[in-house]
Amino acid sequence: MPKASPAIAIKGLTVAYDSVPVLWNVDLTIEQGVMMGVVGPNGAGKSTLLKAVLGVVPKLAGEVEVLGKRFLSDRQQIGYVPQRTSVDWDFPTTVLDLVKMGTYGRLGWFRRPGAKEKHDALAALDRFEMRQFADRQIGELSGGQQQRAFLARAYVQDAPIYFLDEPFAAVDATTEKAIIRLLKDLRDEGKTIVVVHHDLTTIIDYFDAITLVNKKIISSGPVETAFTSDLLNKTYGGPIKNCGIDCGFAQPPVQLRHPAASNAPATPVEADDV
Amino acid sequence: MFEFFNDHTLRTVCLGTAGIGAVSGAIGCFAYLRRQSLIGDVVAHSSLLGIMIFFLASYLITGEGSKSLTVLIPGALLAGVASLMLTRWILAQTRLKPDSALGVMLAIFFGSGILLLRWTQRATPNIPGKRGLEDYLFGMAAAMTRSDLWMIGVLGVSSILVMLLMWKEFKLFTFDPVFAQSTGLKTHWIDTLMLLILVVGIVIGIQSVGVVLMIALLVTPASSARQWTGHLGTMVLLAAIFGAICGGAGSVLSASFSKVPTGPVIVLVATLLFMVSLTAAPKRGLIARLIKRRKLEKSAQIVAAGGDQ
Repeated sequence: MPKASPAIAIKGLTVAYDSVPVLWNVDLTIEQGVMMGVVGPNGAGKSTLLKAVLGVVPKLAGEVEVLGKRFLSDRQQIGYVPQRTSVDWDFPTTVLDLVKMGTYGRLGWFRRPGAKEKHDALAALDRFEMRQFADRQIGELSGGQQQRAFLARAYVQDAPIYFLDEPFAAVDATTEKAIIRLLKDLRDEGKTIVVVHHDLTTIIDYFDAITLVNKKIISSGPVETAFTSDLLNKTYGGPIKNCGIDCGFAQPPVQLRHPAASNAPATPVEADDV
Repeated sequence: MFEFFNDHTLRTVCLGTAGIGAVSGAIGCFAYLRRQSLIGDVVAHSSLLGIMIFFLASYLITGEGSKSLTVLIPGALLAGVASLMLTRWILAQTRLKPDSALGVMLAIFFGSGILLLRWTQRATPNIPGKRGLEDYLFGMAAAMTRSDLWMIGVLGVSSILVMLLMWKEFKLFTFDPVFAQSTGLKTHWIDTLMLLILVVGIVIGIQSVGVVLMIALLVTPASSARQWTGHLGTMVLLAAIFGAICGGAGSVLSASFSKVPTGPVIVLVATLLFMVSLTAAPKRGLIARLIKRRKLEKSAQIVAAGGDQ
C-alpha cells in the first residue's frame, strides 16, 4: 500500500516580522492522523508556524504542502482555532451565528448561510455540548464556553486537519479535559490535530507527537523520542525545573530516526551524553 | 417653524440630511466595531484639503470657484484616500504607532486645508465663489442643491448596496480577520472595500455636518444602537434610523434658528439620543445595570444575615 502523503510538509520556511526572523529555515513533516503538540518558549514562533502554514502571515522563503498539494489553492482543508483573546467578545452576535461563520468559506462570495448551514452549526454545537447556548450573546459566555464555541466554528468546516492556538489558555480544568477528549475522538476519526500548547506536564497525556520549536525546529516526532529532557533544555535554553517526572523522558529509548528530527539543526543527543 | 414644513426647498434639505444620517449610521457600525473612529476622523478632516484644492482648480479653469458637490466630493474622496494611503505607508516604513501616524496625518491635511481656506478668503484679487466655503467646517445643509442631493443619493445608496451584498464577508472580517483569512477570504480586498465605503460615507456628509463634526454622525448613532441590541443586523438598521432622525431633526432645528450651522445641531441631537440609550437601554443601560446590582446586593445581605442558603 502506498504511503499516504503527510498532512503537512514544510520545507525551508522562514518568516520574519519586519526585520526580525521569527522562524528560520524550518523543515517539518506532520503525518496524517496524529495529535501533535507544538511547544516552545514565548516568542519561539509557535503561533507564527501555524499562521504561516495557513497563509495568514507572509513567508520570506520556503514551501508548504497540505495533504501533498500546495495549500493556497484550497483553503478548506485546515480548520483554524485562533487564540481566544484575539477577538472582541463584545461583538454583537449569537453563539449560533459565530459557529455559522465556519461555513462562510465554502459558501463563497455573496451567498448567505441557509438551512443547511444552520443545521451543520447546530450539530457542531451539539458535539461540543454547547447546544443550549445557541441563542446566547457571545459576550455572555465563560472562557471555557468561548473556547468550545470557537472549536465548534472550526469543526463545522469539516476539515481533515485542525490547527488550535493555545486552546487551554485560561480555561478551567474540567473544560480542558472535555476538550481533550473531543479532540482525541476527532483524531480517532482520522483527523490530524495540531495544538500549540504551554503546559509541559500534560504533553505525554495529551499528545502522540510533538514538535519542539524555538525559531527553528529542535525536534519533531513521536512523544517518546522527540520529548526528552535534553531536547527540552535545548528548546528553552536551560534546564526545565518544576515539572516533575512527567516533564519529558530522561533519555530517548531509541536513537532518533524521525525524518524531521534528523533535519534539525542541532543533533538532538550527543554521544557522550548517553 | 411650521412654515418650514411647507417650504419645498427646506423639505428637500431635511430629506437629504436624513438620508446622509442613515448612510453614516449604517456605515458607522462597522467603523465602531473595528475601532476605526480615529481613522474616520482623519478622513473627515483631511477632506477639507481636497475640497479646497478642487475649489481652487475649478476657479483656475472656469474663473469662478465651484461649490457644487459634483466638483468637491471627488476632491474630498481623493484627499481622504490619500491620507489613509500615506498613513499606511508611514506605518510600513517607520515604527510609529497607528494613532500617532493618524494624528500626524490629520494635522498635515487639516492644517493645509485651513491654510488654503484662509488664503482663499483673503486673496486679492477677489476669488469669485468663495463665500460660504467656511460652511464646510461646521456644515450648512441649507446650501444643498438638487444636483448635490443626486450626488449624495447615488453614492449613499451604492455604499449601502455593497454593504448588503458583502454582508457576511464584512461581518466575519470585522469580528475575526485572521480566521477570515484562514478560510480563504481575500481579506486585503475586504479591508480596502470597507475603508472605501467609510470614506464615501464620510465625504457625502461633509456639507451638512462639516468636516470637524462628521465623525460624531458616524460613530454616535452606532454607539447608541449597540446599547439596544446584540445582533449586528438590528444594530445597523437601528443606527441608520437614529442617524436619519439626527440628520432630519438637526437640519429642521438649525433652519428654525436663523443661520446656525447644521453640524453642531445634528451632533447635539445625536448626543441626546446617545445619552438616552446609555441610561435607559435594557441590559446594557446604566439604569438596568444599577437595578441588577441592587438586587445582587440585597440577596448578598440576606445570605450574610443567615437567610435561606
